[in-house]
Amino acid sequence: MTRARTPAVAGWFTDAPGGFRLLGTRCSACSAVFFPPEGAFCRNPDCAGGGELLEVPLSGRGRVWSYTDGRYRPPAPYVSDPSVPWEPYTLVAVELAAEAMVVLGQAAPGVGVADLAVGMEVELVPGVLHEDADTTWTTWHWRPVTS
Amino acid sequence: MSGDVAVLGAGMHPWGKWGRSFVEYGTAAARAALADAGVGWRDVDAVVGADTVRGGYPGYVAGATFARALGWQGARVSSVYAACASGAQAIATARAQILAGLADVVLVVGADAAPKGFFAPAGGDRPDDPDWLRFRLLGATNPAYFALYARRRMAVYGDTPEDFALVKVKNAAAGALNPHARYRTPVTPDEVAASPVVADPLRLLDICATSDGGAALVLSSMAYARVHGVGEPVRVRAVSTVTPTYPRAVLDLPDIATDSAAGAAPAPPFREAIATAAYEEAGIGPGDLSLAEVYDLSTALELEWYEDLGLCGRGEAAKLLREGATALGGRVPVNASGGLASFGEAVPAQAIAQVCELTWQLRGTAGPRQVPGARAGITANQGLFGHGSAVVAVR
Repeated sequence: MTRARTPAVAGWFTDAPGGFRLLGTRCSACSAVFFPPEGAFCRNPDCAGGGELLEVPLSGRGRVWSYTDGRYRPPAPYVSDPSVPWEPYTLVAVELAAEAMVVLGQAAPGVGVADLAVGMEVELVPGVLHEDADTTWTTWHWRPVTS
Repeated sequence: MSGDVAVLGAGMHPWGKWGRSFVEYGTAAARAALADAGVGWRDVDAVVGADTVRGGYPGYVAGATFARALGWQGARVSSVYAACASGAQAIATARAQILAGLADVVLVVGADAAPKGFFAPAGGDRPDDPDWLRFRLLGATNPAYFALYARRRMAVYGDTPEDFALVKVKNAAAGALNPHARYRTPVTPDEVAASPVVADPLRLLDICATSDGGAALVLSSMAYARVHGVGEPVRVRAVSTVTPTYPRAVLDLPDIATDSAAGAAPAPPFREAIATAAYEEAGIGPGDLSLAEVYDLSTALELEWYEDLGLCGRGEAAKLLREGATALGGRVPVNASGGLASFGEAVPAQAIAQVCELTWQLRGTAGPRQVPGARAGITANQGLFGHGSAVVAVR
């Protein structure tokens, strides 16, 4: 049986031609960019208002701002199987130069804290958050750039 | 100064895991504060409660709950929710009522019975809630964020896990002298190093526990204090309740990303802005402080506060710590109470408890942990979702 691939959160990333990218929104009035995408209002206090919030892909590469891991099982709504021994995940906070923002994400499977350093270049890749009987819930991962 | 309010009384219920209701902790703290003030409950004009979740009731309650427990006497009542800043905002509400002439004497109470382990968002599918989303998508617990800051300090300033452990050692030494603290045993660097890693590089003893506890203050107008026979009370001179400034460029709980600072002037970091607002309102600076009580959710975060409060320059916190300046007996003791390292988090009570400690220190009644000749102190904390919190008290 094949599971349906469904984003764990709708509208935050795309695997469209051009590559896997996070999706933010840009205010047409003041050019401010928001991630997660801000659909209702521009949060720039100096924005005159009246603009539209248009979908914009974010940079696919950035540099590590910081990183850590989770040695203990996080509480719900994080999904994990309590009957399976806990495998730590790695979290990476990544600075995107063009947007001048930091975006948090899990590292790709197999990437541990020993593989990371502040300032290292990483790239965005598609990933799987978890799977259940019918669905593969997809997400974004950060992975060190190898080439 | 015309903006001052008097601290007539301070009281606490000891922190710990007591297995009782928050009502019991808060009421005990309130009675202790009233007794300390020498003020009868019927003389209280208003009650301000720092909110907690009532078990079995889907809402946040406090003010009226404590008023009922103490016996309905018709006082004005408010309840305040601002996450970890709830206590400070309750103090701000009480102070505003006093300064506006709406009340002469106000009782401020906060108490909680905390869950065990990681804090987690309320249940249900709530993709509109950033706090829910960070758990759902990333499993990013509070300690994970503390660890991101700790690792960043190591990379940028050269702090070490040994520096972080020294914060715990210092705070545990102070907490051992505090009868209200939950943990009253000194801790060694080796014990910190031997505790399990929770979120690299932070270990279990780098991170504060969740606890039950309660704290209360009796605040009054300066005129009431004089009539009451207290000529030189400890005074609350400033309460900072600022929000962050856009673009917020430092990743903060519970966000998944910062604001974009492209094409925008960088704003001062939020924690620094909290302190700046308090100093400006109080008309004092970091050099005037006798002590500080800060939210040491993690050991590394306490170091961050040294810099945010202006006790030293950016990157110099570990040096200040190593010199002993922030320990009891040092130039500016930080967390003379033992801090969250010794208390644990009882969310709505902690910001009030910080002011209790300042009160006792400024009165000179803090016993073996007394900071000699204390004249001015600041508390600092940060409430989830953008609530700033700092209180300046002087004598």
